[in-house]
Amino acid sequence: MTDLTAQPKQRLFDPFEFLARYGTLIALALLIVFNLIFTRNFASMQTVNVNLTQVCTIVIVAVGMTLVIGTGGIDLSVGSLMAISGALAPMIFLGKILPIGNIYLAVAAAMIIAVLIAGIFGLFNGWLIARFRIQPIVATLVLFIAGRGIAQVMTNGNLQTFRVPEFQFIGLGRILGVPVQVILMAIIVIIAAWVLKRTVFGRQIIAIGGNERAAELSGIAVSKVKLIVYGISGLCAGIAGLIVIAINSSSDANLVGLGMELDAIAAVAVGGTLLSGGKATIIGTLLGAMTIQLVRYTLLSNGVPDAAALVVKAGIIVLAVWIQQQGRHA
Amino acid sequence: MTALLSMTGIDKRFAGIPALSEASFSVQHGEVHALIGQNGAGKSTLIKVLTGYHKRDSGEVTFEGKPFEVSSPQQAQASGISTIYQEINLVPYRSITENICLGREARRYGLLDWRRMHKEAEALLQRFNVRLDVRRPLMEFNTATQQMVAIARAIGFSAKLVIMDEPTSSLDEREVSVLFDVIRQLKNEGVSVVFVSHKLDELYAVCDRVTIMRDGRTITTAAMNEIDKISLVSSMLGRSIERTDGHATAFGDRDKKNIGKVLLAADNLAVNQSVQDVTFNVRSGEIAGFAGLLGAGRTETARMVFGIDRPSAGSMQFNGKAYDPRKPADAIAAGMGFCTEDRKSEGIVPEMSVSENMMLALMPKLAKSGIIDEKAQREIVEKFIRQLGIKCSGPDQKVRELSGGNQQKVLLARWLAMNPRLLILDEPTRGIDVGAKGEIQSLVKSLADQGLAVLMISSELEEVTEGADRVFVLREGVSVAEFDRDQATEEALMSAMAEGSAPRIEETPA
Repeated sequence: MTDLTAQPKQRLFDPFEFLARYGTLIALALLIVFNLIFTRNFASMQTVNVNLTQVCTIVIVAVGMTLVIGTGGIDLSVGSLMAISGALAPMIFLGKILPIGNIYLAVAAAMIIAVLIAGIFGLFNGWLIARFRIQPIVATLVLFIAGRGIAQVMTNGNLQTFRVPEFQFIGLGRILGVPVQVILMAIIVIIAAWVLKRTVFGRQIIAIGGNERAAELSGIAVSKVKLIVYGISGLCAGIAGLIVIAINSSSDANLVGLGMELDAIAAVAVGGTLLSGGKATIIGTLLGAMTIQLVRYTLLSNGVPDAAALVVKAGIIVLAVWIQQQGRHA
Repeated sequence: MTALLSMTGIDKRFAGIPALSEASFSVQHGEVHALIGQNGAGKSTLIKVLTGYHKRDSGEVTFEGKPFEVSSPQQAQASGISTIYQEINLVPYRSITENICLGREARRYGLLDWRRMHKEAEALLQRFNVRLDVRRPLMEFNTATQQMVAIARAIGFSAKLVIMDEPTSSLDEREVSVLFDVIRQLKNEGVSVVFVSHKLDELYAVCDRVTIMRDGRTITTAAMNEIDKISLVSSMLGRSIERTDGHATAFGDRDKKNIGKVLLAADNLAVNQSVQDVTFNVRSGEIAGFAGLLGAGRTETARMVFGIDRPSAGSMQFNGKAYDPRKPADAIAAGMGFCTEDRKSEGIVPEMSVSENMMLALMPKLAKSGIIDEKAQREIVEKFIRQLGIKCSGPDQKVRELSGGNQQKVLLARWLAMNPRLLILDEPTRGIDVGAKGEIQSLVKSLADQGLAVLMISSELEEVTEGADRVFVLREGVSVAEFDRDQATEEALMSAMAEGSAPRIEETPA
């Protein structure tokens, strides 16, 4: 009775479907080709490293954001959580809270505690959303505002400067010539992509974003999945916060992660994840972040001011979302 | 006199699969035209092509003698073609007035003229003999009322052609006759109506002509009084009918020996206003039917059994033990499945594939430490696609591209894959064509023969009289009667449903 014979003889080419799937990749390839021709000294390891290190933190935060958006939510608090983790870590490894003799022990404690605290704040977001059914944009707005305040109160609004190579390894170090934060980013991207594609948890994220009521009626523990997803987003933000302060050798609660939530959402959108949930791609997010980064780099290295680059960035986001819409209705 | 609407040679393909091929359709001025066919026959696609929701691949459309080109339902509405879709597309949070007047708001000095809009909304609903507080949000009203609002909205756009896609599927008999009065009134005013329905009696009651579609083609167009039911059905199915021996469904006779012990017993359940005192039980291997009018509390009872809502009173026993589910996962763990009435909002995950939808509930069991076992899944999915005859291009096709009947089969498979002990079916054949309906009915029967307990809610009398081993009749939240299979005649059920008070149309806000 199954009608598997009705296969299309000639699959009609749908340009929008194609663009929605490969658009980001094509844009990235075109940008690289353009730069190879027009930008001086583009084809060098240094260019690659500069771009990768600059995009790292955005990608790491955007990975968590992709999972959140996959469930149909959004996380505005990531920038503030970066500030919290960035403010807390130096306080620990500089011994301001309690002195730890061994510097390696102090750095390890600083990293683990700072990231975990960011994760716990993420769980708080998830708790508001899952338990009280508060809209994600409102629930995460709480920590978007309060989080940076918490970071400032913790540091009394002071700039913390430090020179601790053992800690700054994650922002400045290299393994086999590859910056450490790039390796971190790669690990996070690979794990998240695998989780989203191959695990029950990943499939449940997409199901919740695609139809929350149907997911709940199929026995999926919707509240639990949401809680975890926001927790993961918090952890990612925590890690990104550490990388930023390691690069800067200083931590300013006013500046760490400022505007990061929007950069991350932009990367997710350009990468092809549906902002309404139900369809998400981690690799797309990676490509999306790299595309935005490379556009900015291209414009800057060809003498266009940064202010103008912002306008172009916005244009790319609009284009990406438009292509997605077309692909869905075709 | 030229036709109001004429569509010829319409082709439409989705991902290369033809949904319409050389389809044609024409509607005269002031006629009520039935459009019928099995699920997947192309009715919905034809309507969506007409209203600009889909772009046709080829073919011609003329409306009022002029070529008709629209690229969105809004544009079609502005040009005089209003559509009421099967799944009601309104804004639940806004008031009835806003829903009726959306897109053509009355203005006064540049501001919204609420008083005039409220009056207009009331006047439009008055034509259906419906009196409502038009200031209340739409979501507070039941489906039938929302449907009326959708129709009032279409009429408010002074449409020349109103398309109704299964408008009666959620209406009770009185509401249907009110709707028919409205349709006749529209006709008298020169408005044409395209009427899509699976209920043949309705077509004879209200339609002038009928167009039958099958496999994306137009099979025939005939005057309603020149074609009998058997020819309608046989044209739809494309084969001659064998079920002429008095059976309207495909359940067939059951063997009572298969029926075992009581599996689920519910005593004096109550929740909110909708369920006040419902007592029933289901035995393993038995099909228990829930009959009742719209709003009798059948779905609400099923929701309590499945752990979606918690009862405010009463108790349940499952498999001899006290049973008090807090969430659907508890019910699933106990061995239950629930095919909801509303496939679109509570069943399918539209962006996911057939395979992913089918495996949604089973997936955690099939996984090894949280990692999906793709190979094992694939085998199960392919087995069910074959067994249930699901028409799709493969397990990876998006489920939203399937017809309603096939989506329903995917949802059935989602639960059957779990090997449940009790399956709750809420209107399992609603909005499904005759062919798929029969397939689903005989499937349910054979599942019960294998020992599955089935609780079946249906608004189609013959489905419960012929399908169920026992029928419980609910009226206004109370289980009022229980019939064995041989006592469950249509007359007996109807008198139990209707006894006491007449069906209500003006439901109190939920």
